[in-house]
Amino acid sequence: MIETLFGNLAIFVLSLLVGVEVISKIPSTLHTPMMSGSNAIHGVVIAGAITIASVANSPAGYVLTFIAGVLAAANVFGGYVVTDRMLQMFTRPTSAKPETSKKDVS
Amino acid sequence: MSTFDFLVGIVYLASATLFVVGLHMMRAPSTARRGNLISAGGMVIAVLTTIVFATVNAGGNWIGWAALIVGVAVGAVYGVVQARTVQMTSIPQLVSIFNAVGGGAAAAVAFAEFVAHTDHTQLDLTVSIPIVLDVLIGSITFAGSLIAAGKLQGIISGKPLTFPGARVLNVLVALIALGAAVLALFGAPNLPLLLVVLVASLIFGVLMVLPIGGADAPVVVSLLNAFTGLAVAMAGFAINSQALIIAGALVGAAGTILTLQMAKAMNRSVGAIILGGFGTADVKTSAGSGSDDLTNVRQLTADDVAIQLAYAQHVLIAPGFGLAAAQAQHEVAELAKLLTDHGVDVKYAIHPVAGRMPGHMNVLLAEANVPYDQMLQLDEANAAFGNCDVALVVGANDVCNPDARKPGNAVSGMPILDVDHAKSVVVIKRSMSPGYAGISNPLFTDPKTGMFFADAKQGLADITTAVKEYVTA
Repeated sequence: MIETLFGNLAIFVLSLLVGVEVISKIPSTLHTPMMSGSNAIHGVVIAGAITIASVANSPAGYVLTFIAGVLAAANVFGGYVVTDRMLQMFTRPTSAKPETSKKDVS
Repeated sequence: MSTFDFLVGIVYLASATLFVVGLHMMRAPSTARRGNLISAGGMVIAVLTTIVFATVNAGGNWIGWAALIVGVAVGAVYGVVQARTVQMTSIPQLVSIFNAVGGGAAAAVAFAEFVAHTDHTQLDLTVSIPIVLDVLIGSITFAGSLIAAGKLQGIISGKPLTFPGARVLNVLVALIALGAAVLALFGAPNLPLLLVVLVASLIFGVLMVLPIGGADAPVVVSLLNAFTGLAVAMAGFAINSQALIIAGALVGAAGTILTLQMAKAMNRSVGAIILGGFGTADVKTSAGSGSDDLTNVRQLTADDVAIQLAYAQHVLIAPGFGLAAAQAQHEVAELAKLLTDHGVDVKYAIHPVAGRMPGHMNVLLAEANVPYDQMLQLDEANAAFGNCDVALVVGANDVCNPDARKPGNAVSGMPILDVDHAKSVVVIKRSMSPGYAGISNPLFTDPKTGMFFADAKQGLADITTAVKEYVTA
């Protein structure tokens, strides 16, 4: 048990450092979408909801599974959709009007 | 570790990598959208893997799966509808709500993990500590973020809400939550005890955010975002899932950095914001001292402003909270486009905390089809002000107060837009009233500044109409 904890702690600390490194390079122009996007990432808690669904064996377990499912799904689906909606509005420079030229991937 | 476990671990690692790559690509507007999609791809992989792993490992029964599917369907519909229909000015509230549900989900997961173990004699501390911490942090985030969203939305008063004894009550509730949390760690799993942790943490979350002023709410949202990250990581420890740990840590880092940057840009310490909420000083100096004194103020009409703009070569627009509040982003973009077509070089000077959260102004302008290369960040903008003929300040105040360069006042040391370095300044503002810092702004009485008293939306529309006459004539 304690070995697992140590391994997980190491992952946790290193991820924190990676996060600091990656996030501090993001320009303030994109801070709102970044916050929303990272918000969507913690929607990964939906994996937790799936895990508890598979071990639920009591009424309390089922209710909690349902609650976790609702909340996590709102987080993950809403988070990614709204972030995408924000980011697709950031129009490319110079391209004045017609965006049909070039690929519309941006 | 079986081969199957190993494979699952590898796939989780891959999805975590996609999260990092996705965030990494958010450093430039041109790649940000793809970055978000890559991050979503990581999410899909993590979810699919978890489904396979959970089915093989535990199997579960149909009631559990049904509860999950129905729940997910409800949540997904709610989330997508909100995300699709929200007004861009209301983004901060929505981010706060999505943050709340994330924290709540983390708490629910930990709680369920605890419930599933109540038939055992004693939980290992390596599991029970993260569970209890998760319930604690997750519930505080859930309640706190909902209150913060309410404040941003205006459902709950933006004024700091305090009452006699609030501080004592706050400490008391915190002690109850912590005490029950410690007790829950030892002895056989005790459900009522964890319920006490849950309820006390929820109450604490409410009490913590209620007294925080509306202008500080975005900082709190960001801080609570970091909390949710931590809660999700704790859930990862509890159910031994590296995907949750890594993602949670990433979000924790993101929220922390943003909180610190925001506090710095607002010239406040995070401690002062949170503690300010605990009933200590957070008193705004009332608008008193000569705020209606217009003797040294040069007042302009829409026509005056239009002439100044039309004959300028370089114009920098400094939008502030007033523009966001008036939802005038389309009007300002229309004016800028008109001037650009007329041959004027127009750019936007954007302070990091313009709008209602960091980067919010950029989103609002992007919504009005302003290309992102016209949005200058603080440093670029300040380099450009010296060469700027007209600086047009729309609904901004403290972020361009030159007194920030002097010591000894409420904005001292705050990073500002050097609007006063421009050759002339036009300020669109409803009145002379001070901004959030509660102090007067010498920029408004500067001889080269002209004040155009108007609501941002109407004022900009009037200027646009006036400019049109000069351009076509």
